[in-house]
Amino acid sequence: MTAAAAAETAQPRTERLVHAVNVTKSFHHNEVLKGIDLDVDRGQVVCLLGPSGSGKTTFLRCINQLETIDGGRIWVDGRLMGYDDRDGRLYRLKNKQIAAQRREIGMVFQRFNLFPHMTAIENVMEAPVQVKGEGKKESRVRAQALLDRVGLGDRCTAYPAQLSGGQQQRVAIARALAMQPKLMLFDEPTSALDPELVGEVLAVIRELADEGMTMIVVTHEMSFARDVADTVVFMDAGVVVEAGRPREVLGNPQHQRTKTFLTRLHSEHDHP
Amino acid sequence: MTSATETVERKGLSPRQRARRSRGIQYAVLVVLVLIAAVSADWGQIVSVFFKPQFIKEAFQNGLLTALVKTLEYTAGAFVIGLVGGTVLALMKLSQVGPYRWIATAYIEFFRGLPAIVVFIAFSLLPLAFEGMTIPWDPYGVVWLALGIVASAYMAEVIRAGIQAVPKGQVEAARSLGMPAGLATRKIVLPQAFRIVLPPLTNDLILLVKDSSLVFMIGVAADGYELTGFGRDLANTEANLTPLVTAGFCYLLITLPLGILVRRLEARTERTR
Repeated sequence: MTAAAAAETAQPRTERLVHAVNVTKSFHHNEVLKGIDLDVDRGQVVCLLGPSGSGKTTFLRCINQLETIDGGRIWVDGRLMGYDDRDGRLYRLKNKQIAAQRREIGMVFQRFNLFPHMTAIENVMEAPVQVKGEGKKESRVRAQALLDRVGLGDRCTAYPAQLSGGQQQRVAIARALAMQPKLMLFDEPTSALDPELVGEVLAVIRELADEGMTMIVVTHEMSFARDVADTVVFMDAGVVVEAGRPREVLGNPQHQRTKTFLTRLHSEHDHP
Repeated sequence: MTSATETVERKGLSPRQRARRSRGIQYAVLVVLVLIAAVSADWGQIVSVFFKPQFIKEAFQNGLLTALVKTLEYTAGAFVIGLVGGTVLALMKLSQVGPYRWIATAYIEFFRGLPAIVVFIAFSLLPLAFEGMTIPWDPYGVVWLALGIVASAYMAEVIRAGIQAVPKGQVEAARSLGMPAGLATRKIVLPQAFRIVLPPLTNDLILLVKDSSLVFMIGVAADGYELTGFGRDLANTEANLTPLVTAGFCYLLITLPLGILVRRLEARTERTR
């Protein structure tokens, strides 16, 4: 506990919420992340862009420790994720402590991953009740409010199989918000959706951004990145190629790889 | 000339006509066989040996229903032990901890490979080997334990398959919400796993109903007889098979509805996929 406090003093509470330094990760000798640095300030929206296989999703999963990192460090709100730093030596935290760290970070998955044996409102209530020990009545009221907020107040008793993809993803967002996270991670939240359902999900995420939620979004939706992101980060082959304001990176890319990616993306949009 | 026209005609038959003709021949053969059996059998003898009303009545009077209840009790208790034991073994087999996996694998392979009757004979000899040893709730304790030990080995494999059939994203979603591993397993994985394995588990229950007939190997007292023990005993005293046949029909009374239930469950899982 004292070590955790020390880590906190080492990273004083600032405007910075996420601080990642030189993060590396390999899968079976295949280096997926080759030293990623990323800073995200409170209230900021960061979009991670890049071709598939560039390591965006893996990096996102490293932030909330769904993947363990091989090297580097990630701090969220001043806390070193997954490890205890004792005089420069890292010790892996216990699974319960890691679980506690994850409560501060909401995640939305590409394939929604709603719990199919529970109704929409039960999906939203589950973690607050089971993990935080919140009362059922109180939790139900909050879950109802969250479902209202994502426009599904009237589908509380529906099971995931009875909802459209867009509705499922909105329930998933409400479920993540129910833990009152400081940070939201979105892993290609609209990639598994039919085109006509993309808009309703992006609208919810956009609203969340307007309310000041800090979030990191892996996406292929360029117009969303341009409109909503404070920073876009372009990744390729496990490194950050360039990062900056969306207008600069998307409008006037400095690197060849970024240019190639954007041209390819545009030509796909023009000739689908 | 005639044979030539005949082959032309045969060739002219459509596949459906050909199938109908061959089915017609099969029916004809079947009817003939049944007739031969019906005429040559000594019906009076068959009825008096297998279905004598007097002995059916006697079976009911001497406690057939008690035996039926015993069969149900033995099966239900063993099923509960098998379910709990099987779940624990399945979780052990999927554990990160090596020794847990080894123990579970050894247990499952051992008791799945062994004829159930060997386990029952072993249990019948236990009190001889360990003098003064008693298993509580006689005779239920021994029966439940012997049947449950074997059943848990079978059910462990079924439940393990069910756990592995739950998509990985479910565990990740639970973890991302801050659930510790144990909570995620209890609240998210196991409820879905059991839904998946409900049909095969019901099949195991049917097998268990039948396996409960091996109880007579343990040598329970007459008041502990289940259907087979009861039927065998009465058939012996009367030198007539009717009581055993009656007991046999009682098994069908249990297993047939369960079989229908399995088909319903399978149809339901098919629909939700």
